[in-house]
Amino acid sequence: MTEANTTSSNETRELISFRVGEQEYCVDIMAVREIRGWSPATTLPQSPSYMRGVINLRGAVLPIMDLAARIGMPTTEPNVRSVFIVVQADSRTVGLLVDAVSDILSITDDMCQPTPDIACENVRHFVKGIISIEGRMISEISLDRLLPEREALAA
Amino acid sequence: MDELEAIKVTFFQECEELLADLEGGLLAMQDGNDDGDTVNAVFRAVHSIKGGAGAFGLEPLVRFAHVFETLLDALRSNEIPGTPDLTALLLRASDVLADHVSAARGLGTVDMDASAAMAAELKAATDPNAAPAPAAVVEDAPAEAAAPTYVDAAAPIVIGAEDGLDDDDLGFDFQPMTITLDAQAADAAVLDEGNVWTVSIRPKSDLYRKANETALLLRELSRLGPIQATLDDGAMPALEFLDPEAAYVTWSVRVETEQGEEAIREVFEFVDGDCDLEITRGEAPVADVLASLMEVGAPAPAAEPVVEAAPVETVAIETPVEEPVLAAPVVPEAAPAPAPVSAPVPATPPVAANAPAAPAGAKPAQIDVPGPGQSVIRVDPERIDRLIDLVGELVINQAMLAQRVGEYGIAPSSNLAMGLDELEQLTREIQDSVMAIRAQPVKSVFQRMPRLVREVANMTGKQARLVMDGENTEVDKTVIERLADPITHMLRNAIDHGLESPEERKAAGKNPEGVVRLAALHRSGRIVIEVQDDGKGINRERVFGIAVKKGLISPDLQLTDEEIDNLIFLPGFSTAEKISDVSGRGVGMDVVKRSVQALGGRISISSRPGQGSTFTLSLPLTLAVLDGMVVDVAGETLVIPLACIVESLRPKAEEIRPLGPSGSVLAVRDSFVPLIDVGLTLNYRDQSPAATEGVVLLVEGEDGSRAALVADAIHGQRQVVIKSLEQNYQQVEGVAAATILGDGRVALILDVDAVINLRRRGPPLPSDPTLIAAE
Repeated sequence: MTEANTTSSNETRELISFRVGEQEYCVDIMAVREIRGWSPATTLPQSPSYMRGVINLRGAVLPIMDLAARIGMPTTEPNVRSVFIVVQADSRTVGLLVDAVSDILSITDDMCQPTPDIACENVRHFVKGIISIEGRMISEISLDRLLPEREALAA
Repeated sequence: MDELEAIKVTFFQECEELLADLEGGLLAMQDGNDDGDTVNAVFRAVHSIKGGAGAFGLEPLVRFAHVFETLLDALRSNEIPGTPDLTALLLRASDVLADHVSAARGLGTVDMDASAAMAAELKAATDPNAAPAPAAVVEDAPAEAAAPTYVDAAAPIVIGAEDGLDDDDLGFDFQPMTITLDAQAADAAVLDEGNVWTVSIRPKSDLYRKANETALLLRELSRLGPIQATLDDGAMPALEFLDPEAAYVTWSVRVETEQGEEAIREVFEFVDGDCDLEITRGEAPVADVLASLMEVGAPAPAAEPVVEAAPVETVAIETPVEEPVLAAPVVPEAAPAPAPVSAPVPATPPVAANAPAAPAGAKPAQIDVPGPGQSVIRVDPERIDRLIDLVGELVINQAMLAQRVGEYGIAPSSNLAMGLDELEQLTREIQDSVMAIRAQPVKSVFQRMPRLVREVANMTGKQARLVMDGENTEVDKTVIERLADPITHMLRNAIDHGLESPEERKAAGKNPEGVVRLAALHRSGRIVIEVQDDGKGINRERVFGIAVKKGLISPDLQLTDEEIDNLIFLPGFSTAEKISDVSGRGVGMDVVKRSVQALGGRISISSRPGQGSTFTLSLPLTLAVLDGMVVDVAGETLVIPLACIVESLRPKAEEIRPLGPSGSVLAVRDSFVPLIDVGLTLNYRDQSPAATEGVVLLVEGEDGSRAALVADAIHGQRQVVIKSLEQNYQQVEGVAAATILGDGRVALILDVDAVINLRRRGPPLPSDPTLIAAE
């Protein structure tokens, strides 16, 4: 559901792009539930550094993940303009902490390029393609790989 | 068809409950509680299963249930005395009945030989006293003909006939026994060769309106024995006067059956009141009835000999009936005579006149009295889940309101504050009630266990007695469903591996019958299930040897007793020398452990050689509400389950003693308890502040071990709604769940046992396995 992974090049998809540090990333708009302003999260013990903690999203406990830290960049220092994008990945809902939402893009698959090989391991793992639009380079995030495997930690 | 399937599903759900009632009753009887109510409840359960099964045409089930029922019937009328042997037989029969139900459901098969053998055993148990008693009844019955309800009148006679048996037990209510009489009368009828009955059925239009069907009734009747049905359509008006929704015909059926009037009446149980029913014993009345009917009805066929007469109208039914019913509306005999066909039939002794009254009188005794578990509403669990979620929101919202009001400094005596207090109380009550809907006693799982123990004990040649405790401990339905497998495994293990054979036990000076104790209790906000046996305990030398032999551990490893015990949870470990049917495939305890852990639970074992072992399983009460202590630790708000807090105190400097390089203990009334800084354990901070600056909460873990948790401050005691962390994330060590506090923020609920264990193990590893795995 999250990724309309079609090979036919003329199908238009909509993506939401956002800023993480100086870079631009995007996710499929169909996976996005809502975008919320920053509010402090409750820290989770024994959790990786990219887990900012959990917040209350209308009665549900929503884990917040620092996207920058997750893909290996320095952790984000949240400020008033920081937002989190609530996305659905697998059966789980998570919030991605990003610096700012830029815009909504309509793209066709032929605008999508494979991730260049030179990129580091982290990028290859989490970025499933690069979109070139109006001279900007936007990396599309592979949502399925963002969350840690449930079994791996539970064991 | 789908609708029928849906009804069938309901029937099987009911069967589950009825089987549980049945077993529960039998177990009560086994414990010496064999008063009339229990026996009646047991009888009702079997009877209801039979009734439902009959409606769905589940032949083998009906047949077995019938034999079972007959014996219970004899028992409750004190024809046969209740003995421990009989109860044991009944218990085994209930197992077979459960098998039949499962088979009818398409789950598994029934060992038909075993079933037949059991049926024979039941029959044999029924017989001895059944014959003589009814004989007297039959003789007396006609004399009571004048009595308004023949059943009631006749009942005392049964008792009179059996006075010698057991006077004391006759004190219980006579009402239910009335049915017994019918059965006895039927038995007697067999002896008297009077097993021919005439049943006259005159359906009212209501019968059809309720979607009943005479063809099905006749088919049911044909199950009792060969029948000959005659249709009287004498009351059928001419076509132009015919009301298409009215009922005009009367059936007269000659039934040859060894079963009694009750059996016949039972066929009509569901159409009670919707048809005029007359049941007469004997052949002669058949002719009379028919003759009279025929006279009333169409004149032409009446002249002919009744039984062979009118091939169009008399149909011998051996197989399902289709024709007669179809024929009924079709045969347009222009017979205007509107005389009520079922008018009192001459020469039909007591039964006929009271036909409508009798079932009405008999019925409440067997059906309308709801047994335990019968007065239930079935609700889609999703609706309840939704309700629980909403109430959770309400609780949080109410807490938020209260906090806001507090912030505004409104006087506690003001109307607003008082209204809020009331709201809080109401919220709490609603919450309790809603949770109670979903909370169920573990009884439903426990009840399956006596059978398991019997079977496993039989298979392994051991003698085991199951003692159950805390069956009424309530736990959320979702947890209950997942309790059955681990308990089954643990019980099997306890009997198969734990208990010794009767000879060994005798040699060890123990009672040859081993005792397995299954207990449920609430502890530290979790449900704890204990399976305890008084067997030989874990042979540590052997366990160690096997683990080494199987290459699970290295032979020079030094292990504590506890660690050796825990080796049995290793995958691929099986101590059984030969693989038994019961356990010992090496997939036992490690599977249990994994499935328990997947639920956020824990399993532990303690064992004493020669005295037995105890397995303790603890599971969270998911979705439950928890009373907790809200504390501050390193700037984070945490909730500690109130259930595990023994006391809270401010320690004095002299009570804290260092122990070893970094540890320290707290002296509490002459005992020393390890001090655990929660912030340090959970990695909230690197340096623990002096314990004297904080608050110490003395907690007790599931295994009874104590620890002193150090927190910075206590906020107070609050009821919190448990929110799952796993739903969107995963289990976090040291954290049981999350909750939402009054300020709308998420607070974590501490898993006290995990925190104690974390501390024992030392500081957690800094690296995160998933991070490595992912990168």
